[in-house]
Amino acid sequence: MATSDLTSPARRLGRALYTRPRLRLALLLGLPVLWLVGVYGGSLGSLLLNSFFSIDPFGGTIDRSFTLETWQQVFTDANMAVAVRTITMAATVTIGSLAIGFPLAYYTARYTRGRLKTVLILAILVPLWSSYLVRVYAWKLLLAAEGVIAWGFDQVGLGRILEGVLDLPIVGGPSLSTSFLGQFTVFTYIWLPYMVLPIQAAVQRVPRSLLEASADLGASAATTFRQVTWPLVIPGVAAGSIFTFSLTLGDYIIPTVIGDSSPFIGLAIYSQQGVAGNLPLAAALAFIPVLVMVLYLSGARKLGAFEAL
Amino acid sequence: MRQRLIVGIVFGLLIAACGGGGDAEGGPITEIGEGEGALAIVAWAGYIERGETDPNYDWVTGFEADTGCMVDVKTAGTSDEMVALMTESQEFDLVTASGDASLRLIAGGTVQEVNVDLIPSWSTVDERLQNAPWHTVDGKHYGVPYQWGANVLMYNTEVFGDTPPESWSVVFEETTLPDGSSNADRIQAYDGPIYVADAALYLKATRPELGITDPYQLNEEQYQEALQLLRGQRQLVARYWHDAFIQMDDFTNEGVAASSSWPFQVNILQAGGAPIASTVPAEGATGWADTTMMHTNAPHPNCAYKWFEWQLSSNLQGDLAAWFGSVPSVPTACGESDLLGPDGCKTNGIDNFDRISFWKTPTEDCNGTAEAGSCVPYRRWVTDYLAVIGGR
Repeated sequence: MATSDLTSPARRLGRALYTRPRLRLALLLGLPVLWLVGVYGGSLGSLLLNSFFSIDPFGGTIDRSFTLETWQQVFTDANMAVAVRTITMAATVTIGSLAIGFPLAYYTARYTRGRLKTVLILAILVPLWSSYLVRVYAWKLLLAAEGVIAWGFDQVGLGRILEGVLDLPIVGGPSLSTSFLGQFTVFTYIWLPYMVLPIQAAVQRVPRSLLEASADLGASAATTFRQVTWPLVIPGVAAGSIFTFSLTLGDYIIPTVIGDSSPFIGLAIYSQQGVAGNLPLAAALAFIPVLVMVLYLSGARKLGAFEAL
Repeated sequence: MRQRLIVGIVFGLLIAACGGGGDAEGGPITEIGEGEGALAIVAWAGYIERGETDPNYDWVTGFEADTGCMVDVKTAGTSDEMVALMTESQEFDLVTASGDASLRLIAGGTVQEVNVDLIPSWSTVDERLQNAPWHTVDGKHYGVPYQWGANVLMYNTEVFGDTPPESWSVVFEETTLPDGSSNADRIQAYDGPIYVADAALYLKATRPELGITDPYQLNEEQYQEALQLLRGQRQLVARYWHDAFIQMDDFTNEGVAASSSWPFQVNILQAGGAPIASTVPAEGATGWADTTMMHTNAPHPNCAYKWFEWQLSSNLQGDLAAWFGSVPSVPTACGESDLLGPDGCKTNGIDNFDRISFWKTPTEDCNGTAEAGSCVPYRRWVTDYLAVIGGR
C-alpha cells in the first residue's frame, strides 16, 4: 500500500517539483507574469509603437514608418492646455478629497465603534453601489441654474453670494453646473470614497499603545499626531491620493456632463481615436497621463509612501 | 532573452491587430433564395427597435416571424465607429450609414452593389433619394435609403415669443434676444467636429465674398474664417451639447434659449409641454440621410435582401420616423402610421429637403471634385474643433 502510494503519479509530480524549486516558481508565477508582461506591457508597448507612426495626409490611413511628427503635434498649445487643465483638476480634486476625507476617515477609525462605525462606513460606501452615470446626472440637476442649490441660496437670501462666487474668473461661470467649481464638486464627490477607505484602514492600524507611550512621554496631542500618527498614516494618504489623482486624470464622462465642455485628456484621446481615426496621435496623447503618473508615483515613493504596503 | 521575449510578444499583438481584411469580387445577386435564419446589422441607437424600450415601437419581431431571419443589432455611436466595425469584421450584413460614412465604405470596397430589381418597393422610395450621390456611384446603387432629417434650430418660445428666429445668427453672433437679454451663455452648439459645416453654411449666406459653395468642401481661407466664427461662438456658449438628453435638460433647467438640435429632442420636449419650437432658418441647415448598405462578404445575403424590402414598408418607415424624429424615405408612409400622426412628416421637416446640406466627410480632394490638397480634410476638423472648444 505504502509503496504503491509512493509511485502514484501525484506523488511523483510532487517529488519532482520539490526537488526543482525553479520549475515550481515558474509554474506558480508563469501565468500572472505573462499577463503582466504580455497584456499590460504588450499593450503599452504597442501604444508607444503606434505613437511613432503617422497619418497619411491623403488617404487618412496609418503610415507605419518611424516618424516624430506625431509627437510634435502633441506639444501644440491646444494639447498642452488640455493637459494642464486636466492635471490642475486632478491635483485640486486630490487636495479637496484629502481635506474632506482625512477628518472623516480619522473620526471613523478612531472615535467610533459598533453600530455607529458600521453606519458611517456604509454611508461612505453606499454611493459606490449605484451607477456612476446616475450620480453624475443627479448632480447636474442639483447644480443647474434653476436647480435646487441655486434655489436654496435664493430662499435663504444668499443668492447674491452665489452670484458673486460665480462671477469670479476661472472658477466661476454662468451657473454652477457649467463652472470649474461645479466640476470640482462632482469630481470630489465621485472619488471621495477612494480617499477615505485607505486612510481609514491606515489610521486603524496605528497601535493605541504607541499613542499612549507618546502621551506618557509628555507629548501634546498635536505633537503625537505630527510625530507618531501622521508618519504612520502617510501610506494610506498616498494610496488614496493615487486613486483620486489617477481617476480624475482618466475620466472623460464628467467633463461632458458638468462644466463648460472644455476637453480633458481622456476626451481628447477619445476624439482622436474614435472620431478622427488618428490612432497615432491618440496613442501619443495617451502617454501624457502615463508620464504624469510615473512622476507622481516616483514622488510618492520618495516620501516613503510604499514602505508600509 | 527576456527583452527578446517582450519584443516578440509586442510584435505578435501588433500583427494580430493588423490582420484581417480581404475583399471578394463579384456583382450583386440576381435572385433571392431561402433566408439563412440570421441577420446582423450595425445601426444607430434607436434605429432598429424590437419593442424593448417601448412596446409600441417594434419593427423587428414582425420581420423575424415573417422571414425566419433572427436579427442581431450592434449599435454604434459615431460614423467612424460604423466604418471601423464594417471594415474590420466579416460578421455583419448591413449598416445604416450616414452620408459621412457611406462614400468611405464604397471607396474602401467594404459594401457591395445592391440589385434594386430584387426590391419590389424600390419604386416607392422618395425620388430625390433614389439616386442620391451618397450611395450612388457611377450609376450603381450601393444601398437602400432608410431615413433622413435636419439639424434644426431649436428655441424657447418664452424667449422668442411668436416670431421664430430667422437666422442662425442667434447662435453665432452676440445679440440681444427678443426678451431683452443677451444671448451670451444662453445658446448651445453641437460638440461634434462636423459642426464646422454649420459655421460654413452660415458664412456661405452672410459672407458671399468668401465663395463657399459647399460647407463640406472648404479651402484653407474659408476654413480659417469658419474657425474664427466658432471661436467667437465659444465665448457665448456655456456648454456644448453631445448627449440629446443632456441638451433637453439644459433647455428646461439651465435657461438655454437656442441651439442647433435634432427633431428628436424637439418632439420629446414638446410632448412634455415645454415651451419649445424649432425652425430651419433662412441659411438652410445641415442634415443627415442614412442608407442601409450591405457588406461585400455579408454572411446572410438573402436575409439582407429581405430586410431591404421590409425596411421600405410604410409601417416601419412611419413608426421609425415617429420614434426618431426623422423623415421616411418612402413618402407614402407619411399618412399611414398612427404613431407618426397625419402631420408627422411635416413636423419632422419633409418640406425642407432642398434646404438641407447633407452630411458628408470632408476630404483632401473635395470629395473627388478637385486635386488633393485643395480642401481641408475631416481629420483637421477634429483637432481644430477640439481646440476651439478648449478655448484656443
